Amino acid sequence: MSEQAIDSQAGAATPMVEMRGVNKWYGDFHVLRDIHLEVNRGERIVICGPSGSGKSTLIRCINHLEEHQEGEIVVGGVPLTQDVKRIEQIRRSVGMVFQHFNLFPHLTVLENCCLSPMWVQKKPRREAEAQAMQYLERVQIAEQARKYPGQLSGGQQQRVAIARSLCMHPEVMLFDEPTSALDPEMIKEVLDVMVELAKEGMTMLCVTHEMGFAKTVADRVIFMDQGQIIEENAPEPFFNDPQSERTQLFLSQILGH
Amino acid sequence: MTHNETVIPERPAPRLTVGPLAWLRANLFSGPVNSLFTLLGLYLLYLLLTPAIQWALIDADWIGTSRDDCSREGACWVFVNARLGQFVYGLYPGGEIWRINLMFATFAALLAWLAIPRLPFKRWVAPVTLVAFPVFAYVLLYGGHFGLPVVETHRWGGLSLTLILATVGMVAALPIGIVLALGRRSQMPIVRSVCVVFIEFWRGVPLITILFMASVMLPLFLPTGMTIDRLVRALIGITLFQSAYMAEVVRGGLQAIPRGQEEAAAALGMGYWQRMGLIVLPQALKMMIPGIVNTFISLFKDTTLVMIIGLFDLLGIVQAALSDSRWLGFAVEGYVFAALMFWIFCFSMSRYSQYLEKKLHTGHKR
Repeated sequence: MSEQAIDSQAGAATPMVEMRGVNKWYGDFHVLRDIHLEVNRGERIVICGPSGSGKSTLIRCINHLEEHQEGEIVVGGVPLTQDVKRIEQIRRSVGMVFQHFNLFPHLTVLENCCLSPMWVQKKPRREAEAQAMQYLERVQIAEQARKYPGQLSGGQQQRVAIARSLCMHPEVMLFDEPTSALDPEMIKEVLDVMVELAKEGMTMLCVTHEMGFAKTVADRVIFMDQGQIIEENAPEPFFNDPQSERTQLFLSQILGH
Repeated sequence: MTHNETVIPERPAPRLTVGPLAWLRANLFSGPVNSLFTLLGLYLLYLLLTPAIQWALIDADWIGTSRDDCSREGACWVFVNARLGQFVYGLYPGGEIWRINLMFATFAALLAWLAIPRLPFKRWVAPVTLVAFPVFAYVLLYGGHFGLPVVETHRWGGLSLTLILATVGMVAALPIGIVLALGRRSQMPIVRSVCVVFIEFWRGVPLITILFMASVMLPLFLPTGMTIDRLVRALIGITLFQSAYMAEVVRGGLQAIPRGQEEAAAALGMGYWQRMGLIVLPQALKMMIPGIVNTFISLFKDTTLVMIIGLFDLLGIVQAALSDSRWLGFAVEGYVFAALMFWIFCFSMSRYSQYLEKKLHTGHKR
């Protein structure tokens, strides 16, 4: 409790996520090159770029699903180190939504949402379930609570995954291509939930190619290529007046058809 | 441009594609060659089964007390009948046999409680079965407390010894195997190497060698005056041997779980043991059921090897009975009986595993 109180007091001043000079290699391959990024509380960031440009790796470094070798990452005032306890503390305040949903197939939707609150935050079952139902209602899927993930459509599964993350009361949400694995007719239901979340003031970092979403929701759009941040701007100038040649090329490729 | 508003009504499948007759036609008589093979197969079955049934059931002798009661041409089940007590209880003293019965009745009740999904309090019954019951069983069988006379382990034998060896081996090998498998996948180099060496050593040595070493070499390393019971030595050998196999089965299952599962659990703030215990292992174990049961079945049959260190399991005691001069010449009956007993237990395990697989199925993976 006290930890959180300190966090939120400091919160007004310090950025939610801070990356300074972050570098990362897979073997010899330099995936992230000298990344500097600051995300303030309540800010919505969209990261785009060609595949293999390191955008997923970038956000996966924030909750240490990937390890960076150089540079500094500070999440909610807590610097990310090798210390397991600290990593777990940071992960509790960072929600993540994956491309392939990664729901737990052996548990029902409700159990998926209750598991972490019960085991990590030590909430009693009844409280965890009540809260889970509340979030499931918010993503409009409460009537499926007793089903298993395998019985739901892709869009429904992704909404459950968002609710599961929200159950931990994260201070920032990371979205790793949340609509890329979905059939076209299901993309909107997931984006609607994300727009709703943005309206409520959640800090968000989204790796996505949904440029419509970027235009309506993002405070800033970041374009990455070959492990570097090439361009960073508010959506309107970003889309209407891209500065870098590579950004222009990328935008013409994804918007041009 | 086509446009269609009417819905085509549902209708049953054509009659010749469903039902037993259609099944016969599709599977056994789908063409002249298949029909020929079907008839040939039936004829072979007839050739094999008639004499077997004739010998085992129709021409067999069932009732009596000595070999003189076996006057007919078929099997002499009198032999098995007369020796049944020994086959099941070994040389356990006659007056104390209730102790084995009580132990197995308790065990069966606990197992049934765990196996039948409807019954409540499973979270209490499971630890009782795993922790309290073995102590209870040991005190009951070995004696020495509560006024129970001591029965040395060399008097244990028969089917009850087989079941004790197999059950202890299974129950102990599974958790050790899980720990070894997790260790082998660990990021920590020392833990990983220790597990790899352990697994590869025990897997690379035949069980029969391990049993020999346990009974011949182990005493050489122990301080003088200290002895470990022969049965305990066999149990340790079997358990370590099987846990190495189990570890590889478990590792195969762990590898089949997509990495995203552990990542999602990690992203939710779970620690290593929570990720393994709540997310990865429950899914992996479910997929490993066929492999685990396969290992259990082979362990069950491997227990017959304890014969070579002088323990009389079911097969050992049957073999010992065959050399009894009063019953010479009834080897086939003895072995058929032993085979049947082994088959019944192994087949039940296999059926239960199939039931478990069906029950735990919760739709497609991801």
